[in-house]
Amino acid sequence: MSDLVANPWPWSFAGALIGLVVPALLLIGGKPFGVSANLRHLCSLSGSRLPFFSYDWRREGGWNLIFAAGLILGGWIANRFLVTPGSVVNISSATVQDLRAMGITDLSGLAPPALVSWAALTTLPGFLTMVVGGLLVGFGARWAGGCTSGHAIAGLSAWQGPSLIAVIGFFAGGLVMTHLVLPWIF
Amino acid sequence: MAVTATAAVDYTTDQDGASTSGARTGVLGGFGYLATGTVLGIVFVKSEVLSWYRIQEMFRFQSFHMFGVIAVAVAVASLSQTLLIRLQARSATGERIQVAPKLWTPSGSRYWLGGTVFGLGWALLGACPGPIFTLLGAGQSVYVVPLAAALAGTYLYALVRGRLPH
Repeated sequence: MSDLVANPWPWSFAGALIGLVVPALLLIGGKPFGVSANLRHLCSLSGSRLPFFSYDWRREGGWNLIFAAGLILGGWIANRFLVTPGSVVNISSATVQDLRAMGITDLSGLAPPALVSWAALTTLPGFLTMVVGGLLVGFGARWAGGCTSGHAIAGLSAWQGPSLIAVIGFFAGGLVMTHLVLPWIF
Repeated sequence: MAVTATAAVDYTTDQDGASTSGARTGVLGGFGYLATGTVLGIVFVKSEVLSWYRIQEMFRFQSFHMFGVIAVAVAVASLSQTLLIRLQARSATGERIQVAPKLWTPSGSRYWLGGTVFGLGWALLGACPGPIFTLLGAGQSVYVVPLAAALAGTYLYALVRGRLPH
């Protein structure tokens, strides 16, 4: 038990818990797992008059916004009580080497400080990572009609053909970014 | 034009993310959604899947970690849904549990084009929407920038979606 507090969780345990979110949401209220819909709900609640945002966000998305609040709360609880301060993400040495070769040498925290930090925001790599990256995530998720949770977890687990195409797209885009674009940016 | 026809249909039938089945959320249901989200947030932190480094490792095929997480999650979700449907289970709100299908579009292009755009962003930012929320809770305040950018991306999509192939 104390191991689960001190150490990162293995993929098998973490994967099982993530998978159980799908039946949990179905049992609570027949809801589909999909986090990125909250971005749409947040635009809708901010009062946009665009047709895409003109719906009753409280009725359609209230439950999901509460779920997202839980994601924030869970992050706070884990960070406060379940993480060893100053621990680093134990990625493979091959990845460490690749990142070093690109000039990313400070591998502390949950993301390289040179790319994701307030100080990095005014640099080109930081701007591209945080602003352009976020923009593509929001735009792509709505165009594809879902993100990792809605398509990769909920969609694939329900044998949805459209979700398989979307997930292949996720990986195609991710591979192009990682292997062709990132070495050129950094 | 097929594109215009699709877009026109889309405005009225597109329920993606906006329309969900089920009764209104009661207090107990609200607590259930909050608790489920909280558990998921803790899992995101403890399995490190919210880390930019893990996403890089995945797209470089240098560790099984992320693939293991996703594969087990899909398998567990799939088995439990099959079970719920076989048992004709009902939700706490009393409705028969069913899984709404993702709608095929005539060309399917929204899935592969939109998916690719999302993937480009996923690898660059190193986080997908769920982890963005959890990172904020975990004290990484700088993620308000990607969150704002993702909201701007959602808004931009709403502006131009009539002209995009779906």
